[in-house]
Amino acid sequence: MSFEILTYSFMHRALISGIAIAILCSIVGLFLVLRRYSLFGDAIAHSSFGGIALGLLAGVYPLWTAYGVSIISALIITKIKDRYNISGDASIAVLLSSGIAAGLVIISFSGGFTIDIFSFLFGSILLVSVDDTILILALTGAILIVILLLYRQILYSTFNEEQAKVSGIPVEKINYLIIFMAGITVVTSIQLVGVLLISALFVIPNVTAIMYGRGFKQTAIISMSFSVFSVVVGILISYIFDITPAGTIVLLSIGLLGITMGIKSAGLLSKN
Amino acid sequence: MLNAVEITNLTVKYPDVKALDDVSFVVKEGDFLGIIGPNGAGKSTLFDSMLGLNTKYDGTIKFFEEDIKKSKKYHKEIGYVPQKPVFEKNFPATVSDVVRMGLRNESDENKIDEILQQLWIHELRKRRIGELSGGQLQRVFIAKALVNNPKILILDEPVTGIDQQSIELFYSILRELNSKQKITIIWSSHDLDAVNQLANHVACLNRTLFFHGESEKFFSDDDLVKQYSEASMQEHMHHH
Repeated sequence: MSFEILTYSFMHRALISGIAIAILCSIVGLFLVLRRYSLFGDAIAHSSFGGIALGLLAGVYPLWTAYGVSIISALIITKIKDRYNISGDASIAVLLSSGIAAGLVIISFSGGFTIDIFSFLFGSILLVSVDDTILILALTGAILIVILLLYRQILYSTFNEEQAKVSGIPVEKINYLIIFMAGITVVTSIQLVGVLLISALFVIPNVTAIMYGRGFKQTAIISMSFSVFSVVVGILISYIFDITPAGTIVLLSIGLLGITMGIKSAGLLSKN
Repeated sequence: MLNAVEITNLTVKYPDVKALDDVSFVVKEGDFLGIIGPNGAGKSTLFDSMLGLNTKYDGTIKFFEEDIKKSKKYHKEIGYVPQKPVFEKNFPATVSDVVRMGLRNESDENKIDEILQQLWIHELRKRRIGELSGGQLQRVFIAKALVNNPKILILDEPVTGIDQQSIELFYSILRELNSKQKITIIWSSHDLDAVNQLANHVACLNRTLFFHGESEKFFSDDDLVKQYSEASMQEHMHHH
């Protein structure tokens, strides 16, 4: 294995974008997992498929329409869920299938599947442009700042909504903010792992990190580290062996989960 | 003495029943009020309304002379300890993390250690919240409620999962908070003996308020105690 690959500028862009997305997905995903919203990322990703198809049909950059469609549909489904008292998992199923259905219909209008659709379904991190990289870094920075500023409010309302309300936290607004941030995060991450595997980045590193039995900040740091490790190693391995980065990244994070479960079963994860 | 809490003509209607019917009472600053009443008497509805969780009521609720529907300032005067703290068992939060959630001014980090020491749970500060016993959890939630120095502490007494030793400790903590730190306490309890020992005022609730006054007066009136006990006993039988 040579280090030559580290000198390519497309590899720099892929690694920088990949690391930013790994950090972003793991922190936003941690709040979703703890709110029992693990599949929400998946549902937003599928609804973004409708947005991507719309962009391709209209001749607009597909990620812009994906941002619009995903965020709007995520907010609408949350409103419907609260208003009509639909359970979380059922509302996710509705969102997920309506995005794919709309996407399929729009695609058949525009004359069938193209190579572009496949790159959105399965990711294309080695093809990110300089503009994409800048956008990914800017959005990651913005969301991390929002989370840092509202850290206590977001954590408290994730822990227990009722008590957060009693202490004066505007819980409903915080809930919508999280949905909004999840929408942005999902669409931003499409370039890394594609529509079909996004929930893996949201869920697997967090489920793994939670098993280490630490406090909130440590859990978040463990999760981000695992996520960054899987993404970086996944991108390099996939390039060297000419296999798909998305699949490799997700299998690596599943590997870390498996190792953690092994360590835990062996009783090596001591409690404090 | 200021009125810490002033409830006037509080009525809460559910579609088929009045959960609270024209309830009025005043809690003075520094009072220790025990609220007793059978299951389904409306204690939870009363607390939900006072805490801003139920806003569909007639009448007014004031904290320190301010109507809670008009001013949100009251949130910072209140510490609330729920009957059964609900959270995800695997939630990755330590005892310190949970107490910190209650802390409004994040620069007051020392306050967390101080309050944990005061409640005898400082050695648990790095433990995950899901690993604690019922009594320890209760103290963690009291710590979270107290970390902002509230003027009023509202507690819904847990009825299960707490051992006798923890209950004794809990009572001594309440006594100290009220007598030494002058915190006004509103406490819903099923334990008449404990209310008799700790509270200086009693409110008996059964949809309407059928007694509110000094606890000495309540406990020295055999008829009242008997009436309460019978109502409570009937409810108890009814529920089993």
